[in-house]
Amino acid sequence: MIHPIPPGTRDVLPDEMRELRRLEAALIEVFEARGYGEVATPAIEYDEVMARADGPSRSSYRFFDESGELLTLRSDMTVPIARLVATRFAAAEPPLRFSYLASGYRAVRPQRGQMREFVQAGVELIGASPEEGAVEVIEVLEEALDAAGLGSAVIGLGDADLYRQLLEELGVEGEARDAVLASLATHDLVALEQNLLDAGIGSERAQTCVQLTQLRGGSEVLEQARGLGGAAVERATTQLRQVFDELQRRGAADRVRIDLGLLRDLGYYSGPILEVYDPALGYVLGGGGRYDGLMKQFGLDYSAAGFGLYLDRVHTAQLEEARRG
Amino acid sequence: MADGPLKIAVPRGALFTESLDVLDGAGIDTAELRGDSRSLIFETSGVVLVTMRPSDVPTYVESGAADVGITGKDVLLEQSDRVVYELLDLGFGRCRMVLAAQTGDDRLAEAQRRLGMLRIATKYPRIAERYFESTGRQAELVEVKGSVELAPLVGLGDGIVDLVATGRTLEENDLEVREEIVECTARFVANRVSHKLRAAEIDELTAKLREASAK
Repeated sequence: MIHPIPPGTRDVLPDEMRELRRLEAALIEVFEARGYGEVATPAIEYDEVMARADGPSRSSYRFFDESGELLTLRSDMTVPIARLVATRFAAAEPPLRFSYLASGYRAVRPQRGQMREFVQAGVELIGASPEEGAVEVIEVLEEALDAAGLGSAVIGLGDADLYRQLLEELGVEGEARDAVLASLATHDLVALEQNLLDAGIGSERAQTCVQLTQLRGGSEVLEQARGLGGAAVERATTQLRQVFDELQRRGAADRVRIDLGLLRDLGYYSGPILEVYDPALGYVLGGGGRYDGLMKQFGLDYSAAGFGLYLDRVHTAQLEEARRG
Repeated sequence: MADGPLKIAVPRGALFTESLDVLDGAGIDTAELRGDSRSLIFETSGVVLVTMRPSDVPTYVESGAADVGITGKDVLLEQSDRVVYELLDLGFGRCRMVLAAQTGDDRLAEAQRRLGMLRIATKYPRIAERYFESTGRQAELVEVKGSVELAPLVGLGDGIVDLVATGRTLEENDLEVREEIVECTARFVANRVSHKLRAAEIDELTAKLREASAK
């Protein structure tokens, strides 16, 4: 007799569970060693709290409780930890360091192999200086990837504000701006170029913007980007240069690739953002970045940064890397 | 995936020959694919060419089973939830997505006026749905897999949304274009992770394809 479970959820059986537990333990050990104490928060939050991140999400599960309150299943751990810090650590001496290993829930399209319930492991560093925050978080991420045995994993490092500021500088506003940002988000270069032309900035500038999104590689791309000009580019590259140089000074830049085409789909990021890739897997392993704006939403004037890794994907990449030797 | 030779998804069918031409132009020898070989995978000029239906290209590229690929914009629009990076308009395979109905027949207007709802047969339900939504009309979409031109002739729907290259098929079936939805050409797409991890290879191939397709 087959009793089905909802698509996008799954059972874990002992052989896999043992491996997942080993992976979890390795990650938590790294986090604890760096001073990131593990926390747990409820899987359900008030919708109003989760929505502070980015406005009401179209992909989260929401429902009413028996007294008519609108609740939501958390879609990540960054927002609950921001809430927790604002509520319980508002008077504590920063910086604060927390780690988590928790399930998140997102509505996804069925039959696409995407999960509605997924486990993430990650850290949040709250109240460090903006310069220090991104650097420390990337260092911890690198240690976590080492502990997971992902020797080939790469961290893409970009800037969340680059295109918003660049478009402002070019005077692209309103619907034209939204169209450009939408084509950037889906990385549709054909539409991007057309939308930039439609915005009336001229074909040379449009070309320059498209080129900018394709700059990715070592720190040399920062120089190439500066050659393309503009105050927004100058600010973003200066900031990325600082982060990269500091990582290099600490011997932690080997896995890092600068990527000026990087965008995170969560609106709360500002400044440096990151994504994790492994050559063994066609999907992104995780990501993160700086999110000072989110802390402001909870009434705290702190700089904050963090990352989250999808545990299942890290596990898959681990198997694949081991298989390839 | 992001090691070994670069894997390129090549669409069989209407875009096949021109895809091979543009790959030739980019310095990839496609002679073997032009023969009557039944193979689906070919190693040539340091890359692997994987041939498949155009509508499968986004699936392979999204998962990383192919690093890059060529497919029609119609396929990308219909599967717009697939995460692939669209790098280049290759310019060939030009055709139009249209709303068509029987020549001289006013069932479309009649249905709109008296029923408030159009019945449309199509192989592209998502493109059609977005189009009617964006033009403020309601439509009941009937998805068919085969010759969609047949549908209005036997009363399955008031019209069709379909891809038109020359317009001959429409003409032969006594159908005419009523509205143009979007123009489609072949596009060069890349997997998100491959685009990051194999940047140099993919940039070089993109540049060569751009040059070859401009000729």
